[in-house]
Amino acid sequence: MTDFPATGRQLPDRLDKPLKSAVLSWESLLVLVALAIFIANSFASPYFLNEWSLSDMTFNFTEKALIALAMALVIITGEIDLSVASIIALASTMMGVALGMGADTPVLVMVGVGVGILCGAFNGFLITGLKLPSIVVTIGTMSLFRGIAYIVLGDQSFKGYPASFSWFGQGYVFWVISFELMLFVIAAIIFYVLLQHTNFGRRVYAIGNNATAARFSGVRVDRIKFVLFCLTGLMSGIAAVLLTARLGSTRPSIAEGFELEAVTMVVLGGVSILGGSGTIIGVVLAALIMGLVTFGLGLLNVPGIVMSIFIGSLLIVVIALPILFRMWRQRRA
Amino acid sequence: MNRLFKTRELWLALGILAVIVLVTLRFPRFSQPGNLLTIFNDTSILMMLALGQMAVILTRSIDLSMASNLALTGMIVAMINAAAPGVPIPLLIAGCIVVGAALGAFNGILVWKLDIPPIVVTLGTLTIFRGLVFVISGGAWVNAAQMSQEFIQLQRGSFLGLPILSWFAVVVAGLVYLLMTRTPQGRAFYAIGVNPTAAVYTGINVGRTKFLAFVLAGAISGLCGYLWISRYVIASVEVAGGYELTIVAACVIGGVSIAGGIGTVAGALLGALFLGVVNNALPVIGVSPFWQMAISGAAILIAVVLNGRSERTKGRIILKKAAAA
Repeated sequence: MTDFPATGRQLPDRLDKPLKSAVLSWESLLVLVALAIFIANSFASPYFLNEWSLSDMTFNFTEKALIALAMALVIITGEIDLSVASIIALASTMMGVALGMGADTPVLVMVGVGVGILCGAFNGFLITGLKLPSIVVTIGTMSLFRGIAYIVLGDQSFKGYPASFSWFGQGYVFWVISFELMLFVIAAIIFYVLLQHTNFGRRVYAIGNNATAARFSGVRVDRIKFVLFCLTGLMSGIAAVLLTARLGSTRPSIAEGFELEAVTMVVLGGVSILGGSGTIIGVVLAALIMGLVTFGLGLLNVPGIVMSIFIGSLLIVVIALPILFRMWRQRRA
Repeated sequence: MNRLFKTRELWLALGILAVIVLVTLRFPRFSQPGNLLTIFNDTSILMMLALGQMAVILTRSIDLSMASNLALTGMIVAMINAAAPGVPIPLLIAGCIVVGAALGAFNGILVWKLDIPPIVVTLGTLTIFRGLVFVISGGAWVNAAQMSQEFIQLQRGSFLGLPILSWFAVVVAGLVYLLMTRTPQGRAFYAIGVNPTAAVYTGINVGRTKFLAFVLAGAISGLCGYLWISRYVIASVEVAGGYELTIVAACVIGGVSIAGGIGTVAGALLGALFLGVVNNALPVIGVSPFWQMAISGAAILIAVVLNGRSERTKGRIILKKAAAA
């Protein structure tokens, strides 16, 4: 930390030493964590290092990670969307209804994605149109969307999706690369370019850092936020298609708890929950770490609920460590 | 400004009354004192939890771990009771409050000392606490047969015509009311919610105040852990799953502003009571209980639309005054 002279404003010529900042960055920390877990997994279970095992592992996180990509943008603007899992439930239910009316695969996909976008637009309207806090709105729509699924389904379930539909959740594009994984990779690249290499992405950061200043610089804050909520709805709709196809059935309790896991991925990926900073690479790495942890523990027959302790602790520890480190350094200085 | 709060609670009370009247028109027995008392008793736990959550939300924080805290302390106390039925119940209740407060303090310390956003902290502890329920119980249930009679019966007794469970809610509400309106600590919750910077200049320790709000929410969660387990006479990993958002919903419906600084004890109680009345009315009017979730979701949205409007007017008035001065 260097002291700037009090007189006049100075901007540093360059931000930080690129190499040093690359080594010390959040993403490289995540890479190390991912590698450590990968190595630990390979020692812990003889079944881990197998291309089909690793391929199976990706199913643990692809659907949630697709949502996390869009959620990252929402959180960077300083908002949050807790309704994503309920959007999945509603979209999946509507696909089931469409199936009952005799729809085939293309229509089912359109229904799922369309319901997702509509739900996202509804969130976006309440938040940007009526200027309501996103956390409360999405807690409300979280109950509302899943509630509608419960009204439609009750204790029943939809089954009997066509085989061509199941391919979206169970099919492989080539060798061990599943359709889900390929879709996730493509989506990650699109979101990376969108956030890090377009004007739109810069505006997203600008809103998160200072929404008022962004508005004065001509950024259409509300419109961008609205688009982002629609985008999150879209990704939730896609996740609903994948998850429904993979499970082959729809229950109103489908995807319960996905919202918290998606937020955990985003925060673990280095996106500030207060908005303004974070990268897609970090989110992808965090998704990979969570997939590795749950899959590795699964191979060791650790029950899912105990895994959640690891995930919860990981979230707090990974956030707390840099803060503790900074405090320790300041105390020494 | 006080009048504004009063009217908001008045509207909510009228809304609850309207639901009761509408149901009574079709089913006269709904509004018999006995049934209303049952609804109050059924809602007691939610009312207490909403008060704890309110203290946290007032300080611009949120506690998503309350339901998991409840499940964990509930499982601990049920296992103690199953293993050692001789331990007196008041001691168990005191233990619950202490354990709950300790779990809340864990949240609070992370928020206070490390300055981690509350939503991140409690998102983590939400899964950690519930996972711990599984770890200490090994996934097994503690059922009615394993619990002692005093453990189950204590809250079912009645005093002055009111069940003991309801008395717990009345006492907690009274204590929180006194805390919020009659003590400097209570006013500090409001002060840091309205304007943290100004609060610092008046000598309030913002971090410590948030910490205390989490401890209070934790203590109430712990107490409700015992009450929940002994009411439904089953302790399992799934106890109160997803209930954290119902608690937040009660606060929001009760007019507690998620932006902090706004909210009253009466509002939080009425918000919880509204959900309780609706949930009790549905089966009576023959609507499938599967409608519950959608209705509470719609109630949250309507409440937040109405609250958002009144909060905005208030902001404008302050600005006008400032411009005039």
